[in-house]
Amino acid sequence: MSLLNVSDLQTHFKLPKGVLRAVDGVSFTVERGETVGLVGESGCGKSTLGRSLLRLETPTAGHITLDGQDILPLKGTQLRGLRKRMQMIFQDPFASLNPRHSIGSILETPLQVHGLGDRSQRRRQVEQLLDRVGLPRSALSRYPHEFSGGQRQRLGIARALMLQPDLVVCDEPVSALDLSIQAQILNLLVEMKREFGLSYLFISHDLSVVQYFADRVLVMYLGRIVESADRRSLWSTPRHPYTQALIDAVPDPSRHRQVTPLSGDLPSPQNLPSGCRFHPRCPRASELCLRQEPALTDLGGGHQVACHHPQTSVISFLH
Amino acid sequence: MSGQTLLDVRGLSIRFPQHDPVRGLSFCVNAGETLAIVGESGSGKSLTALALMRLLPRAARIAEGEVRFNGHDLLQLNEQSMRRLRGREIGMIFQEPMTSLNPVYSVGWQIAEVLRQHEGLSARSARLRAVELLDTVRIPDPQRRVDDFPHQLSGGMRQRVMIAMAIACSPRLLIADEPTTALDVTIQAQVLDLLDRLRKDLSMGLILITHDLGVVSQWADRVVVMYAGREVEQASPGPLFEHPLHPYTRGLLAASPRLQPGAHYQDGPLSEIRGSIASAIGQQGCAFAPRCPHTQAYCRIAVPPLMDAGPKRLSACPVTLPAAATQNANFS
Repeated sequence: MSLLNVSDLQTHFKLPKGVLRAVDGVSFTVERGETVGLVGESGCGKSTLGRSLLRLETPTAGHITLDGQDILPLKGTQLRGLRKRMQMIFQDPFASLNPRHSIGSILETPLQVHGLGDRSQRRRQVEQLLDRVGLPRSALSRYPHEFSGGQRQRLGIARALMLQPDLVVCDEPVSALDLSIQAQILNLLVEMKREFGLSYLFISHDLSVVQYFADRVLVMYLGRIVESADRRSLWSTPRHPYTQALIDAVPDPSRHRQVTPLSGDLPSPQNLPSGCRFHPRCPRASELCLRQEPALTDLGGGHQVACHHPQTSVISFLH
Repeated sequence: MSGQTLLDVRGLSIRFPQHDPVRGLSFCVNAGETLAIVGESGSGKSLTALALMRLLPRAARIAEGEVRFNGHDLLQLNEQSMRRLRGREIGMIFQEPMTSLNPVYSVGWQIAEVLRQHEGLSARSARLRAVELLDTVRIPDPQRRVDDFPHQLSGGMRQRVMIAMAIACSPRLLIADEPTTALDVTIQAQVLDLLDRLRKDLSMGLILITHDLGVVSQWADRVVVMYAGREVEQASPGPLFEHPLHPYTRGLLAASPRLQPGAHYQDGPLSEIRGSIASAIGQQGCAFAPRCPHTQAYCRIAVPPLMDAGPKRLSACPVTLPAAATQNANFS
């Protein structure tokens, strides 16, 4: 049984001018110990999806099961129990730590909320985790503004791990950081995963970071998953034209001044195109794509794509 | 591809009351060439851009140096001449197109303002030219878009409007400070492609300020790498990415998953640059010494100067300088 099983999940928002379909029929699984990357551009619904899993947004339809337990109907103490098993690391390490609370209090709060341990036990646990993420114990009595972006992200990681969760949703955890700090944080996340046996849903707009960090990758476009594959075949034989465009947009020294950027802007999720949502920007779009939305279909080997005209893979013939 | 020297910066230092965020910076830009200035936050790259335009915050001043543009020293010009130059001879675009556009005027009005101010066009002809410019920066349906307000446009479209304003008077030099950082990846590629096409069509010099090594590798003719206010390496992108010399540049390239295709966490950790740029504060000698794997005793005594490190290459690290170049180096 998969650790996390999401089927046909929808999170729609009612707005004065209509419905915003941020997540619009998404299904995937996360196995125990697996890192699943979720990649897409801003507005594609990837953060809403991550937040919906933790019930920070309220899904409007579909199912989410954790270890077989349906979590959408949970309320009150049961919901709190769920949050102990699923935690989140946020993008902005400045906005996600309360500036008026000391580090000691920020890290201890999750234990207090869940009524774990007595005061000295809690203190010991906080200190252990602080050591583990590479911050000095003197940090405990200090406040968030006294730390750099990289250090704050370490605090965000420590806070997420205080309750020893099974699944951590990382929402763009390194995009706000300088390059030399990004590697430190990615390495720390890998160490934590090994040490605590974590599973990650790793959300990012940067396919090259996802490619390094994930075992399997989901590509999302306007509320839907358009391609899903293990990271190697996604990179070497992308089948969806959008995935191809994301790969082409990663700057490459060997293609000096040669790009064929994808044309057009992301349409608004309030006003979705007919048929395949990608067709206005797609170089392969046909008349069929205007009419009918393609379903996610398995092409074999766990490689799924939602496209009427998937790219054929040259490399797969060689195998 | 590159023409004569357009901008020649020599020994530029910027001073705040408490510290000097940029020290002894020298580089030049030729007509039709893209110079990338790359560095992390705190490296002084954005302040450098502001200094070139003489738009530094009030507390800061240019302590030393020369900025020669087209033969004139910009630092000696009076404010009136400088105003004539900004926007006409030197254009600039910023990272966040929403905060750089005025929300209460239509984008067409804002582009037309530049033309009325600098070229003395009538309101009517300035508007016509604004429509042309929107077309030049590939905004679809420019006739209609010209009356849009900034909030009606997407991030990519706003950045195109900024570019249209910056090139309205066909400047000789365009300074782009993190022009694509706030944009989505597929839009990023569109905007960089547009900037490069304009550079070629208008034979402008382009200064591309960025923290993104990938962008640099793909679009620059020459690269200046900055660390803690100083230039640590200068080279063309090919040699720089194949054989980085300065330990900071090496560290950055090794730490970037983007530049190691195929790397995966299960095969081993990314190489890290330990510590943070904060360690450079108050550091005697080389600012990178506290984070450097090659530090020698002398690194902590004097600031190493930029040294010739091969054809059209400079590096400020005596330890990793290629043997052939060491003979010419003169240590101070």
